[in-house]
Amino acid sequence: MHQPNSRPLADTLLKETASQTAGPYVHIGLALDIAGLPPRDEEIGPQLAGDAAKGEPIELVGRVIDGNGDTVRDALLEAWQADADGEYQCQFDLAAPFNSFGRSAATAQNDGEWRFTTIKPGAVTLADGRRMAPHVNLAIFARGINIQLQTRLYFDDETDANATCPILNAIESPTRRQTLIAARETREGRTCYRFDIRLQGEGETVFFDF
Amino acid sequence: MPYNDDTRFVPRDREWHPPAHAPGYKTSVARSPRQALVSLVAPTRSELAGPDFTRLRLGPHDNDLLLNFREDPALGGAAGLPIGERILLFGRVVDQFGKPVPQTLVEMWQANAGGRYRHQKDRYLAPLDPNFGGVGRCLTDADGWYRFRTIKPGPYPWPNDVNSWRPAHIHVSVMGPSISTRLITQMYFEGDPLIPLCPIVNTLRDPEAVATMTGRLDMARSRSMDCLAYRFDLVVRGAVQTYFENQG
Repeated sequence: MHQPNSRPLADTLLKETASQTAGPYVHIGLALDIAGLPPRDEEIGPQLAGDAAKGEPIELVGRVIDGNGDTVRDALLEAWQADADGEYQCQFDLAAPFNSFGRSAATAQNDGEWRFTTIKPGAVTLADGRRMAPHVNLAIFARGINIQLQTRLYFDDETDANATCPILNAIESPTRRQTLIAARETREGRTCYRFDIRLQGEGETVFFDF
Repeated sequence: MPYNDDTRFVPRDREWHPPAHAPGYKTSVARSPRQALVSLVAPTRSELAGPDFTRLRLGPHDNDLLLNFREDPALGGAAGLPIGERILLFGRVVDQFGKPVPQTLVEMWQANAGGRYRHQKDRYLAPLDPNFGGVGRCLTDADGWYRFRTIKPGPYPWPNDVNSWRPAHIHVSVMGPSISTRLITQMYFEGDPLIPLCPIVNTLRDPEAVATMTGRLDMARSRSMDCLAYRFDLVVRGAVQTYFENQG
């Protein structure tokens, strides 16, 4: 039988490898088409849901805006969300109608606008039975961002669910909670939610440590 | 996923990671939040789960940068090899308890031997290499090992100060078992005199952190008359089960 180690935990832990900025050329590694490279057999792209996926088809669009009010045109975003039933589909498989994970890039060519094609996620139930309001987890990587920023996108037409979401309510300032709410609009006949991410200053988006 | 709602990850040591606002690295100034991060004391299923890429179809040369972007002789290309020092880049992905992280996606990208990236935005006067793309990916094996074959990238100038140069480096991205373990870092090469001069390296406050990001020459794994080997191990956050199986 293995004896528990009596040393403090901190002594036995290895240090996590330290982060470094993904730099201006993150697209070469993680969004090849944006960098002008030919795609491989399969790439992880901005489409999380195909036509056969259950749920309401939506698009998520937005910009990343820096402290000067300028659009960041070299960001890479990763999205992670539940399916329409509120379950995470962990097995990434491009043959499946829905994947919980995707990547999108802001570039100078698309005027700094990232975009995901997906379905509206269901509410995720916690172990204690409470439900989080439907949300999409976003990670932001770019030159000048030394470790990725992590945030959540919520939906402005989920007023009741948002009001009781334990995570939204963990944010002390009601004003700051509003930075996580995406606005529903119709673009070219499609339902989309606009979510601008402000890195700094007025209306600075809430970022999480978890 | 092996993680359930009882899993907790060892908290990130934000003093060890570079700070968001690091004025010596000028781009960070306007891109760093000023408000405190909101801590999720009890992470949810959203943070505990993560994508599993074992069904992502990888090509036979996805981890071989010497071959994965060669011009095709059938299409009139030269079918040459990339120019530069041939290297084997390998290492192990483990968590903070030393436990191997199997079947996780490791991705990397880099400049060519002249220090030029194959990206439309890179205008450095060093030439592009027609046989080098600069991107690779693989899954770790059952024991957490990953490997790439590539060329050593060159250093390059960048407009931070009047004469700033980046040390030779390879960007390395690892997913780990959940979105809580997601990490992008850079590997530097042992002995490079540009390492202590680099404003991005210097966003790290602890010299020991820089040491752990330096790939080490490994003569035992280097291949005679073929390539040198560099070892770079990655450590992702450790998972702690709140309740042990024998505690009901």
